[in-house]
Amino acid sequence: MDEVLERTRSRAVRDGAIAAVLLAPSLAVLGVFGITPILGAVYLSLFDTHFGAGPFVGVGNYAKALTEEDFWKSFLVTFYYSVGTIPVGLVLSFAVALALFRILRARGLFRTMYFLPYVTSAVAAATVWRVLLHPQIGLTNLVLQWLGADPMQWLLEPRGVLYFLTDGRIPPTIGPSLSLCCVMLFDIWHASGFMIVIFLAGLTALPRQLEEAARIDGAGGAQVVWNVTLPLLSPTIFFLTVVSAIRSFQAFNSFFALTGDGRGPLNTTRNLTVYIYSSFYQFGYEGYGAALAALSSLAIVTMTIVQWRFAGRRVFYE
Amino acid sequence: MIRKTVLYLLLASGAVLTTFPFLWMVTTAFKTLPEAMSPSISLLPQQWQWYNFVETFHAAPFARYFYNSFLVAAVVTTCVILSSLMAGYTFARLDFPGKGVLFGVILATMMVPFEITLIPNFVIIKKLGWYNTYAALIVPWCANAFSIFLMRQGFLGVPGDYFDAAKVDGCGHLRFLAWIAAPLVKPTIITVGLFAFLGSYNALVWPLVITSEDEMRVVQVGLTFFWGAEGVRVNLLMCAATIVILPTVALYSIAQRHFLEGSLGAGIKG
Repeated sequence: MDEVLERTRSRAVRDGAIAAVLLAPSLAVLGVFGITPILGAVYLSLFDTHFGAGPFVGVGNYAKALTEEDFWKSFLVTFYYSVGTIPVGLVLSFAVALALFRILRARGLFRTMYFLPYVTSAVAAATVWRVLLHPQIGLTNLVLQWLGADPMQWLLEPRGVLYFLTDGRIPPTIGPSLSLCCVMLFDIWHASGFMIVIFLAGLTALPRQLEEAARIDGAGGAQVVWNVTLPLLSPTIFFLTVVSAIRSFQAFNSFFALTGDGRGPLNTTRNLTVYIYSSFYQFGYEGYGAALAALSSLAIVTMTIVQWRFAGRRVFYE
Repeated sequence: MIRKTVLYLLLASGAVLTTFPFLWMVTTAFKTLPEAMSPSISLLPQQWQWYNFVETFHAAPFARYFYNSFLVAAVVTTCVILSSLMAGYTFARLDFPGKGVLFGVILATMMVPFEITLIPNFVIIKKLGWYNTYAALIVPWCANAFSIFLMRQGFLGVPGDYFDAAKVDGCGHLRFLAWIAAPLVKPTIITVGLFAFLGSYNALVWPLVITSEDEMRVVQVGLTFFWGAEGVRVNLLMCAATIVILPTVALYSIAQRHFLEGSLGAGIKG
């Protein structure tokens, strides 16, 4: 009996040792560059540093951020961006995935074509868009010219998109700028491939009997999609919403590559990430940048928890 | 029949619209400068300027940028596969005290936005004296929670009987992992590897922040600055964009068959 116990114990010790060895590389990297920096950021945010040195100011950086107009402006840009990209991206991707799911021939070809923007780097793709949207040499203004419309400034246009849509009845400072809308359009195009593939994976895994049963009961195509397919796909939709919301709060590459500095005309595309980047990297305020990052992270975590609590409950799992 | 035709037409026009920027990019890369600068819908170049590609490599040290990017991405991909194989196996097959908590902490790092770690990591790298080095570009990305999670899912799919059988034959965990379990999760390895490569090769913020010397730049940073320097030479710009995109598209088409639907679909479902 004792011998068995002894053997079990020594095996547990050996397993523990093996586990320690196998986990060591991951834990070392994640510990130093994943977990320590979080504590470091909070610590750093309590100092008013400028290029590496500065006095302790407690929550001073946070107070400064929350009372500063620039912070709220960049928060609003981030908000516009999330609201402008996620719903449109979800609807378009779902429609494409559904269509791809219904066809048999050339599905692989179409899937590859739709997925193409996603595998290309945002920087390279943005370079192409920047030329396409260029006011003088871009193709978009050429198309407008054919349609008999006036040329636009696109990525260089700080005036609001609502101003243009309403022929100037809404002041140009209200709502997202045309420049920001171009970035949004780019992002929808660039990220939709990922959404389509995830939707396709979800559709493939669905039990077919329920759709067939609904059809036998006389439901039309749209009714089946709305009442059967969509509820069954709710875990996928929920996953994509959470992931896209986090992603949209961290968006940087497309902003930076499309506008050249991320800030855009009259700072109208300066979202939170760009604001953090320019505070600490261009202007050298590490402490303030860290406080901004902490606030941004807090917003992301809060948003994710709210999504889990309110939408997570309605998600249907088999 | 008509509905199917309409469906195909819609899908085809959407696909053409989606891929149009790439088509335009490739053909513009072959145009002469005056032709590239004058907006026109005629997609094909009047004369194919193959020399543009040579000129692009002369206009900026793209050879160096590529060397940096490939070196960094290759090392990062190898390290991510190895570290996640080891950690994923541990979480799937081994028992030790505090396992649940540890896995939770690792997953939590996935939820934390990268902005918050950006500045302290920058400070850490400077303190380590790694600024403008390959170590700075590589080491912080050698392990990540998402890959560990995917790999654990993969190993959970390997029947426990296999290990029991191997153990009877005197095979320990390490040998079992290396010779039996790892080959069984090949699709997951390919997915993890592809994501690691794409993530590293396409990264912009970290290399932008952590390098300042031209010879340490990776292609994404190089391309960003190329716009500032060569913004007016659209044909060369499109050449640069084409050659930057090419490796990932090639890799994706090779790995495509093994990738995503299987392993990701399983990870998402509740």
